[in-house]
Amino acid sequence: MIFDPKIVTDHLGDIGSGFLVTLGTWSSGVVLGIALGMLIAVAQVFGNNFVRAPLRVFIELIRSTPFLVQLFLVYYGGPAFGLSLDPIPAGILGLGVYGSVYFAEIFRLGFESVARGQLEAADCLGISRLQCIWRIQVPQMLVIILPALINMITVLCKETAVLSIITIPELTMVLTGIGSETFAFVETLLMLCIGYLILVELCSRLGMLLESRVGRFMSRQPR
Amino acid sequence: MNSLLIPSGAVSASTREKQGESMKISATAPGEQPTILTLSKVGKSFGPLRVLKGIDLEVQRSEVVCLIGPSGSGKSTLLRSMAFLEEYDEGEIRIEGQLLGWQNTDKGRRRAPQSQINQVRRNIGMVFQQFNLWPHMTAIGNVCEALRRVRRLSADEANKRGMAMLEKVGLAHKANAYPAQLSGGQQQRVAIARALAMEPHIMLFDEPTSALDPELVGEVLQVMKTLAKEGMTMVVVTHEMGFAAQVADSVIFLDQGEVVARGTPQQIFHNAEQPRLQQFLQNYLDRNAFWQDSKPPTPNL
Repeated sequence: MIFDPKIVTDHLGDIGSGFLVTLGTWSSGVVLGIALGMLIAVAQVFGNNFVRAPLRVFIELIRSTPFLVQLFLVYYGGPAFGLSLDPIPAGILGLGVYGSVYFAEIFRLGFESVARGQLEAADCLGISRLQCIWRIQVPQMLVIILPALINMITVLCKETAVLSIITIPELTMVLTGIGSETFAFVETLLMLCIGYLILVELCSRLGMLLESRVGRFMSRQPR
Repeated sequence: MNSLLIPSGAVSASTREKQGESMKISATAPGEQPTILTLSKVGKSFGPLRVLKGIDLEVQRSEVVCLIGPSGSGKSTLLRSMAFLEEYDEGEIRIEGQLLGWQNTDKGRRRAPQSQINQVRRNIGMVFQQFNLWPHMTAIGNVCEALRRVRRLSADEANKRGMAMLEKVGLAHKANAYPAQLSGGQQQRVAIARALAMEPHIMLFDEPTSALDPELVGEVLQVMKTLAKEGMTMVVVTHEMGFAAQVADSVIFLDQGEVVARGTPQQIFHNAEQPRLQQFLQNYLDRNAFWQDSKPPTPNL
């Protein structure tokens, strides 16, 4: 097996733009997923049963169907519900919705990890529910859920490969395309792996940095 | 049973002064001194278990009321009801005349909107057994949080008042420490400062020293004594009989959700008539009677 670097260098522009599309859809999907997930979690933790029950069904539905099928449903099935989206918005929406239910579960656990007594103290001081979530629960739960959160974010990074199916010109689509044109499968697939490796590695490094920062108050040592 | 808990006449000078004061107050017509907290026929059930069975209680301004009783007697539930941390389901609790937690409508009683609950509750300061400090904020951060978010003070103002409160509990030098870096006693004092910062008219203490190492109990009680001396209205659930004997204007003994005895510390600790109270006090004494065989020390309660 001979690795021909020319395959890569010849298509550097295409690979670069694929990389950027992957980065863009991934980060947009993550932002959308975290925002939706937080809403779902808050509604689940603080809402009544009328809010909780449909959300429970929604979560189960998303969790028990493949991402690929959901994506098809948004992209090809969407127009039937009056939702005609271009590939990239459809991909981001699909990724966001898929991620949101997992993020919601992570956040829900996070909310439950903050001792009730702390909320009672806030209650007695007249601190509102929203202030309580934002100032007391979120900062503390972040410490606890950060590893799970980072893990889910990296999972979504790898799920972006599925977006190639709905013709989004992201890394997988670009490189497999080059592969079938030039029959240089080894080079292109290897590059593909390296591309994802870079993204995931960057993400987990960032996560580790955050972890070491946000957990400081737990330490008994004065700074 | 007589005089075992407090030697007669061992009431400290300051307390006597305080009691004299409160006697003076109670000598005036009841309308003149506003009753700050009124409970009438307060009941509460957890499922089939009725933990509070129609409690009546009045707390006057500057009065210190101690609730004592065996575990499971409902004293914590009663105190938590006063802050509406428990939804009492019978009777009424009024704070400075305002009904707490409920709203009377045509269709009966409904939970009041949160804003209204907070409005009534803003005159209450609550101190918990487990301190319940927010671990991600420093001592000063804990004290200032409600000043900033609820009172909407500027950072400078909140900080100034927060520091004054920490000063009051003797912890100004720990302002930038996180709760994990403080001892239990210090954490509880920060929690007291946090409640005081909101200038409550009445302070509720739910077993404030029960989670502390024995040698840290004193510093917290000292802060509470100072507060009482300054005329703060306080309701204290406690197992510290010495504190109750020295500081309380009235002591209430609860058992199985009922007020079994109420009176001055003198009446409760010296002249207990009710068998359940006698037994409770005897148990307390037995537990604390490690000096039995030697010369009994002057009870430094």
